[in-house]
Order: sequence, then C-alpha cells, then structure tokens
Amino acid sequence: MAAVLEVRDLQVRFATPDGEVSAVNGVSFDVNESECVGIVGESGSGKSQLFMAVMGLLAKNGRTLGSAKYRGTELVGMPVDKLNKIRGDKIAMIFQDSMTGLTPHLRIGRQMTEVLEEHKGMGGADARARALDMLNLVRIPEAARRLNQYPHELSGGMRQRVMIAMALLCEPELLIADEPTTALDVTVQAQILELMADLKRVTKAAVVLITHDLGTVAGLCDKVQVMYGGRFMETGDVRQIFYKPQHPYTKGLLSSMPRLTEDRRTTLYAIPGQPPNLQRLPAGCPFQERCEFVHQRCVDELPLLQEARPGQFKACHLESLEHPVDDPTRAAIPAEAMPPVIRDVRTA
Amino acid sequence: MLSYAVRRLLEAIPTLLVIVALSFFLMHAAPGGPFDSERVLPPEIEANLKAAYNLDKPVWQQFVIYLGNALQGNFGPSFTYKDFTVSELLGTGFPVSLRLGLTAILLAVIIGCTLGILAAMRQNTRTDYSIMGFAMIGITIPNFVMAPLLTLVFGIYLGMLPVAGWGDGSIQYIILPVVALALPQIAIISRLTRGGMVEVLRSNFVRTAHAKGLPERVIIVRHTLRAALLPVVSYLGPAIAGLVTGSVVIEQIFGLPGIGRYFVQGAINRDYTLVMGTVITYGTLIVLMNLLVDLVYGLLDPRVRYD
Repeated sequence: MAAVLEVRDLQVRFATPDGEVSAVNGVSFDVNESECVGIVGESGSGKSQLFMAVMGLLAKNGRTLGSAKYRGTELVGMPVDKLNKIRGDKIAMIFQDSMTGLTPHLRIGRQMTEVLEEHKGMGGADARARALDMLNLVRIPEAARRLNQYPHELSGGMRQRVMIAMALLCEPELLIADEPTTALDVTVQAQILELMADLKRVTKAAVVLITHDLGTVAGLCDKVQVMYGGRFMETGDVRQIFYKPQHPYTKGLLSSMPRLTEDRRTTLYAIPGQPPNLQRLPAGCPFQERCEFVHQRCVDELPLLQEARPGQFKACHLESLEHPVDDPTRAAIPAEAMPPVIRDVRTA
Repeated sequence: MLSYAVRRLLEAIPTLLVIVALSFFLMHAAPGGPFDSERVLPPEIEANLKAAYNLDKPVWQQFVIYLGNALQGNFGPSFTYKDFTVSELLGTGFPVSLRLGLTAILLAVIIGCTLGILAAMRQNTRTDYSIMGFAMIGITIPNFVMAPLLTLVFGIYLGMLPVAGWGDGSIQYIILPVVALALPQIAIISRLTRGGMVEVLRSNFVRTAHAKGLPERVIIVRHTLRAALLPVVSYLGPAIAGLVTGSVVIEQIFGLPGIGRYFVQGAINRDYTLVMGTVITYGTLIVLMNLLVDLVYGLLDPRVRYD
C-alpha cells in the first residue's frame, strides 16, 4: 500500500511571551491509502497541533520542523498558494467545533460551491448539484432547502454533517477529522460516527481521526497512535492496543473509560496528576511524573518507540506491563524522590 | 423589515418629543435671555419685545406654543439673525454642511477601511505599526491644529488651494475642510476595522476557509469583511449624524456657511428658536442614523432578526 501522508520527525513549537512551547516533539508515521488511523491523547497532548502543522494552519506564533509529505511532496514550508492547491482538494479537514466552524453570514450552498469553484473550476448549477449530492450523501434531511439556509438555521449535528459534506466535495485522498463529535449530543455523536464509518467504505479516502475518546477509535480505526506530551507513547493495530496495551499510559487511558458492566458505586479510575507543562518537558519520559511504574531510567533517558510485539510499538523502558513490579531497576528510585502525585498513589 | 422600519420611525416620535422638551426647559432654565446685552434696553421696549415673542408667558405655555408652531413646520424667527427664520438659516446652511460631512465620511470609510484591513493582514509588522501609529496621531491632533496646518501648507506655502471661503462651492474650496474633517475619522475607522478584522481572522470559520484551500483574497473579502465591519457600522451611524450637522471649528477656520456655528452661537446668544432648530435637526438625524445602522446590521449578519 502506498502512503498518502508520510510524516518524519515532525516538531511544532510556539513562541510565547514566557518562552518556547514544544507542542509536538518529533513524531514519525505514515498514513496509507484508505486506511483509518486514530490519534488518541488528552487535551494538550499535541494531537491537534500535529495535523494543524500538516495543513499549514498553525497560529502565527507557531513553527513546524521536520517533514510531512503528501504523495512525496513536502508540505512543511510550502508556499501558501501551492498549499492551497492541496488542502481542501487532496487533503481535507473537519474541525471539532461545528457551531463556529461555518461562516455565519454565508449560505450553506455558497460555502460548499466555493470549494468546487476553487479546486475543480466548477461553477453555477454544476457546483450546486454536486453540493446537493454531498448533502444527500451525509443524509441531511431536505438537503435542497439547506443549500439556501444560513448555518444558524441548522442544528449542531446538521452543521457537522455539512462540514463533512464540504470536506468530501473534492473526493480527498486524506480526510483529517479533529474531534468531529466533541461538541455534539451523545445520540448525535453516535449518528455522526455511524455516518463516518459508512463514508469510509464509500469514499475510499484515508482517514485520520483525532480524538480523546477511545470508544470512537475502536469503532472506526485500523491503527491507533497514542500521544502524550507531544510524542507517540504507543502505536499499533487497534485490536492490539485495546486488548494488549503495552504502555502504562495507554493502560491508564483504557482503565479510565466508564463501563456499563461496572458497579455504579465504584469510583472511575483516573490517571493521577496533570499533563506535563510543554514549556518545561522533563528530560526523560514525558509520562514519568504520573506513571506508577516510574524508575530511575525513566527520569534519565527518553524512551524511544521500540517494537514490543509484532506491529506494536511502545515508548517505554519497562520490559513488560504484566510483571512491572519485578523490574529490577525500579527499586533504585527511593519513594521520597518520586513525584508527589505518585507517592500519594503508592501510599494510598 | 419594512414593518420594523415603520415601527421604529413611530417610536422615534416620543423620543424626539422628550429631546425637544428637555432642551426647551433646560435652555429656559439657563440664566439670561436673548435680549440681554451690554446696552440696557428701556424697560418698556424690553417688555414689548418679550410680549412679541411670547417670552412674558410662563415657560410651559411658551413650550405649548412652540410645539404647536413646530408641528406645523414653523420654527419661528431667529432672535439674533434679524429678518431670518430658523428654517431659512438651517435651510441655506445645511446643504453646505451635508456636502462637507458626506464627502468627509465617504473618504474616511474608503481610506480607513483599507488601512484597517491592511494593518490586520500584516498584524504586528512594520506596516501594522506605522498605520496604527498614524491613526493614533490622527486621533490625538485636534482639528483646530490640523486645519490651520493644512491651510498653511497647501493654501499659503504651496498655494495650491484657497485658504478659506466657500466661493461657488466648487471642489477646490471643499478639499481642505473635507481633509481636516476626515483625518480623525480615518484614524478611528482604521482602528475599528483592524480590531474587527483581527478578531474575525482568529475565528474558527476563517480557519475552516483556510483548510478549504481558499486564497487569502477570497477569505478576506467573502468570509471576514462582513463580520469585521460591524463595529465600523455601529460607529458610522452617530458619526454621520455628527459630521453632516457641521463642525463649528472647521467652519470658523475655513469661513464656511454651514450650520455648525449655529449650535454654538445659538446657545451663547440664548437664541431660543435657533437652538431648538439645531436640536431638532441633530436629534432627528441621530434617530434616523441609528435606525439605518440597525437595518444595515441585518444585511451584514443574517442572524439579526426584526421582530
């Protein structure tokens, strides 16, 4: 399978008045044709900024280092007019906030046809017909009427459908969906996810799904990449990640998902502590301050992605999650030298 | 929209009545009267004058008489400009002020918006800083400094334009006053435009537009401008009303026959009828301009509803 997107050692940094913030710290991965990749991480893990950088949509104070290639063409540092030939046409993006993502003073039809005008040279009735087809494809009721409506006349779910339809207008090879269901009601979320699963079959576009919701990933994705502190903690096949997580962070994420089978009186597990300050990332593992298996090596040395099981990679010094307590290096770090958050957990 | 406009116009009637009543009674509460001067009039003559102008009656009676006349379009004679009615004074002066004001505001909108957009697109660069620096100067230099400066440079040193006067009202007479009127407006409008643009450029829908691969020009014109100009529109309503009723400073400096001077002179001379005439003119304009702003809002933003 050929790669649609090849990312190598990509870094994103923001200049702020308090110093430089490293949002993404060197990630490498491929997205292959008609593949669905899930990027999972909590707020501030750099998952959104990673793809903002790929799309050239970073805020003005941000800069991108490394490489991101679409079909062999370097996107990082590409002049905007050339980039505009690719984004919206070959690579499309859906954003999380459907309520504010559409221009309030333009009719839905206009916002859709302008994409076709720009990339396909289509105009007038042709573009309108195509827009109507796409609205029908995303199952918007009374699609013909919607073309003449303004965004505020549509519900949140419908607006997100419009966003998806708009992204698919030019039959992109890669669709990046940045938390497409976050701002929606649970029932609408389910509908949108169902729609995305259907569309994935119909369009054959490769999909990158950025989310903090593991459930979303499980239903849609082939591959999963777990992000933390601007790095990949664990990558692999979706089944491997869910059934045999190899990284303490992935395991923590999975444990903090509510389950219907669980007794309602038990407290939901939460990973202790806060995500790291991206301005002062620790020298070693970014997860060290919250990891219950932390040992001296984690503090000293940054773990690199290594194959844990066939096709599954983890950035962790632990031999295995199954017997972490037997790890001989673990005793090397005295309890009082540990971050306070972990100490509390241990003593509890 | 039409029924909304009609309703707003009807609502304007009580508003104007309140303005007229307040000004009338406030004005009469101020000490002195139109016939007080350094030369003391014989008491009989003063009594006769007062009787002729109904000034001997209680104030509320005067108000009723004035209102009755005003409703019939009779704004009375001026007390100080002998042989002129208020309608004549305002009728001849208003076209002059209107022409100056509208030209100035048109110029200010075109230049101000362009500069504001430019500054917002080049935010935090030298272009932005110089435009905003110019705007700051434009706001801080009062027009009684700017106007003589313009006259000095273009009227006297360069001799390109007449120093003052209205002449036959042709273009060379209005250039300098219009520029003097427009400069602070350009400054304010460019700052408002920049502020609006900067805010809208940061919004999610502009990011969506970038992600769609639209060129910068389309994003600015189609996706940003309408939302960004809302603060400018709000400002323009009262600003137009203010500008077309003339500026006393500019009219004095350039010796122009506008109505700006009547606002000040009327008040100083206790020229009751003239003051009321200017108040009604300005009040009506403000009410109309605010209505216009609200209607334009509806054109710019489809979320605005009239009901």
